Amino acid sequence: MNSYNNIKNTQNNQPGYLDKGLSQPLSAPKDELLLVEDLSVAFVQYQKGLKQRNLEVICDLDVSVKSGEIVAVVGSSGSGKSLLAHAILGILPSNAKVSGTISYNGEALTVERQKLLRGNQISLIPQSVNYLDPLMRVGQQVQNTIKTKDAKAVQEQLFKRYHLSEAAGVLYPFQLSGGMARRVLVATAVSGGARLIIADEPTPGLHPEVVAETLSHLKELASQGCGVMMITHDIEAAMKIADRIAVFYAGTTLELAPIEDFKDRGEALRHPYTKALWMALPENDFKPIPGFQPTPADLPSGCLFEPRCQLRTAECSADRPEMRDLRGGKVRCIHAT
Amino acid sequence: MNSAKYVFGKTLRMISLLIALCIVSFILVKNSPIDPVQAYIGADMMRVSEEQREQIAENWGLDKPPVEQFFNWAGAIVKGDFGSSMIYREPVIDVIGKRFAASLALMGVAWVLSGIFGFIMGIVAGMNQGKLIDRAIKWYCLTLAATPTFWLGLILLMIFSVGLGWFPIGLGVPVGVLSENVTLSEKLYHLILPALTLSIVGVANIALHTRQKLLDVLASDYVLFARANGESGFGLVWKHGLRNISLPAVTLQFASFSELFGGSVLAEQVFSYPGLGQATVQAGLRGDVPLLLGIVLISAVFVFTGNLIGDIICSVVDPRIKEGRSSV
Amino acid sequence: MNGLSKAENNLFGGIIGSGSLHLQLNRRQKTLIVIGISSTLLIAIMIAAQLMSNQAIATNFSQQNLAPSWAHPFGTDWLGRDMFTRTIKGLSISIQIGLLASSVSVVIALVLGMCAATMGKKVDAAISWLVDLFMGVPHLVALVLIAVVFGGGAKGVIIGVALTHWPSLTRVIRAEVMQVRTSQYVQISRHLGRSRLWIATKHILPHLLPQFFVGLILIFPHAILHEAAITFLGFGLSPHSPAIGVILSESMGYLAAGMWWLAFFPGLSLLIIVRAFDVIGDNLRTLLDPHSAHE
Repeated sequence: MNSYNNIKNTQNNQPGYLDKGLSQPLSAPKDELLLVEDLSVAFVQYQKGLKQRNLEVICDLDVSVKSGEIVAVVGSSGSGKSLLAHAILGILPSNAKVSGTISYNGEALTVERQKLLRGNQISLIPQSVNYLDPLMRVGQQVQNTIKTKDAKAVQEQLFKRYHLSEAAGVLYPFQLSGGMARRVLVATAVSGGARLIIADEPTPGLHPEVVAETLSHLKELASQGCGVMMITHDIEAAMKIADRIAVFYAGTTLELAPIEDFKDRGEALRHPYTKALWMALPENDFKPIPGFQPTPADLPSGCLFEPRCQLRTAECSADRPEMRDLRGGKVRCIHAT
Repeated sequence: MNSAKYVFGKTLRMISLLIALCIVSFILVKNSPIDPVQAYIGADMMRVSEEQREQIAENWGLDKPPVEQFFNWAGAIVKGDFGSSMIYREPVIDVIGKRFAASLALMGVAWVLSGIFGFIMGIVAGMNQGKLIDRAIKWYCLTLAATPTFWLGLILLMIFSVGLGWFPIGLGVPVGVLSENVTLSEKLYHLILPALTLSIVGVANIALHTRQKLLDVLASDYVLFARANGESGFGLVWKHGLRNISLPAVTLQFASFSELFGGSVLAEQVFSYPGLGQATVQAGLRGDVPLLLGIVLISAVFVFTGNLIGDIICSVVDPRIKEGRSSV
Repeated sequence: MNGLSKAENNLFGGIIGSGSLHLQLNRRQKTLIVIGISSTLLIAIMIAAQLMSNQAIATNFSQQNLAPSWAHPFGTDWLGRDMFTRTIKGLSISIQIGLLASSVSVVIALVLGMCAATMGKKVDAAISWLVDLFMGVPHLVALVLIAVVFGGGAKGVIIGVALTHWPSLTRVIRAEVMQVRTSQYVQISRHLGRSRLWIATKHILPHLLPQFFVGLILIFPHAILHEAAITFLGFGLSPHSPAIGVILSESMGYLAAGMWWLAFFPGLSLLIIVRAFDVIGDNLRTLLDPHSAHE
């Protein structure tokens, strides 16, 4: 892991920065389908009076996904998790500044490769039906994403596979029920035969049955060899299918842990936040963590969790801790053992 | 089913607004310093006796109480009788009919041209946001929006008539030719400059609006998803943009009848084009109350009709209105 | 996050990263400078119009029909009047009428917009119906009707312009008030038992003040253009006053003689003034509320 740190790239502000200094292929382990290191995403924002400030929404984020594996990126709502998905796909707004490295299948994911790969090798399952064109019939929209010759036949096959009736194809997005919309979105995402699937909040306030169905779709995709990154605030849904869990907090990942570590009273977990999160679940202590997650506008100077941490010491507020390997996972905490 | 209901509601509202407009304009005119009898007699003032004046007033029912006058007037209007124009000495409806045809030709040409060019400019600008071409189009449109229509007309007149001599200066009907005998090609010839003026001015609104709509669409979640699915460039705008921006653009273009009419009043004045706009100015300047009221009502019907057509097109084309909000 | 991504989205350029920090810093300064220059221009015209003597616009047959020169930058007309002086005085009149008329319009819009948003469904429906009524008649026709009914002249124009520019701002203010009313701090005040008047004056009005000023400045250009148009048609200011509409309407008789400067410069000056107001209004709005900027 540490071997990449010396080639990390922090040239901001330049489109295509990912090409620079990364033209030689990275020697990433072959089994890592997706590898994200030290990813930062910042925006310039204007306030009243046109005073500007730089908002670092994602900072020093690390995460990886292997083929056939489901990695859940878990964090609370509105913490900028979606931007991680957009950064991987290369569809961030143009005023976003990105630094860090993303590699796919062992090669750096440059802007050109992103353009080439998104929609076929890498695809997104979006949050809601708002991600479908409101004025186009859904069947047509699924066909749009299919590049092979007989798009219509492929679309009909996909609809059959996801239990969507033929009649559903001529509906407009606003006419879909929650479950149908979910199935259409999944069908759209898998239409290009993707190997890496990023599901952005796939279970937002859905009926339990629909949640179960959606999760089974993801599970099925992983069993077919796809790498799945599931970005969610729903830790319980994540527990059901994920192989590993990345804990997302205030724009960074605090811990990467195999699913087996989430058991009992969280002794196997590494980061104090992960432990607190685990214990806050209804089936455990159901005890909320005191304090609030800091906003991107006023992040603490040291460890991001420091203001709320039980274990904090003077050292914690000095520097942001580096991500380090620990007991088969990774953690960003100097006290973790 | 849904469309019909929607359109019916809009029509009902339009009728209520027209009735209110009748009442308001009637009250306004009744309380104005205009003396209709004097306006009618005009220059012959000295030769008309007091008795004759009273007789005229009685003929028109001006001696009756205002409420009764209103109902007489409104009743006649419902039957299509707008009274007689005092300055043209013809029924108002005939004056309006003839002149509206001329104005419609002018406005129609300008409407189509400005709509097409404005839409294209808006798309070009929106697709190139922040680039030179976008800034140029934006600057051009904002400047046009600040340009007095009649001044632009004067400039075109100076360039094409005085400078280049392509068009006669006193446009309108050639001297010594009866208006019935004007050929179609002559009519077209006279149409060019005023239509050009209106087209140039009309582009601004639709272009800026289309640009903004396109930016909204490009920033939307569904375009984000389309990009995530590998769609890009012109194909993406073509597939998702056009559908989603043409609907509001059509609605806006139909809602622009009000400015179009105002613009034609000014352009007709500059180019002495014999349309309804010129009649509006004459009716106002010379106190021709029946004609002025007639024009107010007809122009309002014109504007409402534009809005209504826009609404109807929307309700027929937009599936969210046509097929209802209910889910299947 | 949506607000951010909507702020600037470029589909085709480099997807990641644009605009350096250095450039962005200048945006505030640039906005302020643009506002400053435009305002200075407008104030300078007002002052210049007061300082210029009427001598230059008196009939002077020794200076007839002169093309633009250093002595007469905008030329002179058939009575030997200096067109530059006439234009500046005309613009000053336009600005004054614009100010008066748009102030009245903004007050009407404020009152109606507040009423529509706070006095219940029936009042709201009535006001939106009234807005539709005013928007239903072509603006220029409405102006002609009102100007004629009020006897024409300066009075007719001012009343006409003042009474016809409120509808669109009314809609904006209504929407704004609706939004503030449903916001949390107003809800809390209501639960605390504050009266409607208290909430209106303490919460809603301060929020509307920027809207009010920006609205005022953005109505200006319309008011000025309409004043000029209606005067051009012959309904407005008297032919003796040096109004832009009068100047342009007079110039029509002399275009054939090649006296292009009679129409060109006064109209162009009007355009610049109108544009200056536009620029001030737009920049102020961006300054007060960056998200509203159509950028």
